Amino acid sequence: MSLDVQAILLLSGVVGALALASLVGFALHRRSVAAGPHPVVDNLNARIKAWWIMVAVITAAFALGRAGVTGLFAFASFAALREFLTLTRTHRGDHYALAGVFFVVLPIQYWLVWIEWYGLYSIFIPVYAFLLLPVVAALRGDTSRFLERVAEVQWALMICVFCLSHVPALINLEIPGYDGRNILLVAYLILVVQASDVLQYVWGKLLGRHKVAPRLSPSKTWEGLVGGVGSATLLGTALWWVTPFTPLQATALAAVIAVMGFCGGLVMSAIKRDRGVKDWGHMIEGHGGILDRSDSVVFSAPIFFPSRAVLVDPLSGTSFRWKHGGLWAPGFSS
Amino acid sequence: MAGPLHHVLARPPSDLQGDLRDLRETAPTKGDIAQAGRCPVSRERRNMIEATLATGIALFARAVTGVRGNWVGCAPELSRRVYFANHTSHGDFVLIWSVLPPAVRRTTRPVAAADYWRVGRIRRFCGERLFRAVLIDRNPAKIGAHPVHAMAEALREGTSLILFPEGTRNTTGAPLLPFKAGLYHLARAEPTVECVPVWIDNLNRVMPKGEVLPLPLLCSVSFGEPLKPREGEGKQAFLARARAALLSLAPSHPWTLA
Repeated sequence: MSLDVQAILLLSGVVGALALASLVGFALHRRSVAAGPHPVVDNLNARIKAWWIMVAVITAAFALGRAGVTGLFAFASFAALREFLTLTRTHRGDHYALAGVFFVVLPIQYWLVWIEWYGLYSIFIPVYAFLLLPVVAALRGDTSRFLERVAEVQWALMICVFCLSHVPALINLEIPGYDGRNILLVAYLILVVQASDVLQYVWGKLLGRHKVAPRLSPSKTWEGLVGGVGSATLLGTALWWVTPFTPLQATALAAVIAVMGFCGGLVMSAIKRDRGVKDWGHMIEGHGGILDRSDSVVFSAPIFFPSRAVLVDPLSGTSFRWKHGGLWAPGFSS
Repeated sequence: MAGPLHHVLARPPSDLQGDLRDLRETAPTKGDIAQAGRCPVSRERRNMIEATLATGIALFARAVTGVRGNWVGCAPELSRRVYFANHTSHGDFVLIWSVLPPAVRRTTRPVAAADYWRVGRIRRFCGERLFRAVLIDRNPAKIGAHPVHAMAEALREGTSLILFPEGTRNTTGAPLLPFKAGLYHLARAEPTVECVPVWIDNLNRVMPKGEVLPLPLLCSVSFGEPLKPREGEGKQAFLARARAALLSLAPSHPWTLA
């Protein structure tokens, strides 16, 4: 199957599932109207409506190819970063450091991803931004709660920029026999992790009884977790044909993606709970902020890199390489 | 000197002096009329360009701050109101302005300091033409008429006002400075006008005093329940009530400042 055919098949599946969800949502709405306002049903329908818009935006980005996907995630990083930093306890003395985060570090990271300089974009934020931003903050002379402030800014960068930029970075992988189809791998990652979120929500609403972490999130239940991760793993297995993997490998990867996605939601809930907010923002109707929607992707995307080396290489006997693996210049990689 | 301001202006000057918000109305500028004479562009055309520019500035403010208007205690209305807000940044009134529905925005004017907005051509153009600010003089040497007069006049023309009763930008750690008396006198002068508390959140981090580059952090603007001076309510009591109403809108961030 060619790239186009596979892409159209994937999209048809997503649109079909959304249409089904819209029908169910409409039926629930009709049934609940008589009994007065029903916040859960209203929220469900708001979520479905927002999904249509998100699918349209993501599809448009994918249609534009690598530039579209990289641009989409650069924007998502920007939106996530402002949501995250809005809830941090920075001072006036952090003004330059924060300006650097938004206007220097974020663009450079995505530019490095764009020119496929793996050797640098994989360490730029964890090493160089990590060391230089505290210097900028220190020069302003405000030492109160200094460690706390620089730590929160670094965390924001790691979550919102470093981890999210690893999604478009998947396109940079050189996978033998999969040339030119890497963008499908990105679609696969997004699809499995978001399906896992949605299915956890559905299973949780239908059967949820026992809470996983009642102090963190009232909506995360063991029933939702097991059902969601299980059915997302099945979906990931069923979609093995868009990936370079065998069905067995796809099962393993989908399971890792779904579990890491759940963990992402858990960690980000802990931060929200500490800061006394329910959602990160208001950008997506019914869902909250962009971080509420992408917290699971954030945690599963970078894990996707080594887990392929750990899980897939031994099984397939092939090895994956990154273009421009060297640190100092693109083109001098081994 | 009869009329709504009578009771303010009839009081002994010593009492009045204490209340003066070091602001007063100055004569309408004639430079504007002269410029209009020179300008080949028609009045309507200029109005249109200015309205477009003003909308552009509001949209820019929305894009930078992702601002949301939370109408907690009232709904947006065209009736005359005094929106009184906390003041931490030069962008404050633009932000309030940007979350007002366009129809309300067109009839809402900020009250601003003439000594800032009359300096230089760009500020002057923004203050007088774009934002149509009610400019009042803060220079105590020039005090003649009560500054409340200019504001009451604008209200009588049918517009709403945006007012910062702290009188200056708050750069202290305190959430809200004590209120100046102007709000009370204005409410007494125009007793049918609703005073709406408006809390602007986070803009002080987007653009702290003295910084040039704004950070794209998220802001919110919350509108509280309208209030009016009660029968027999004194100045201090009303100002305390208004200040408490404004403070109650502030989100209780455990993370703001230490």
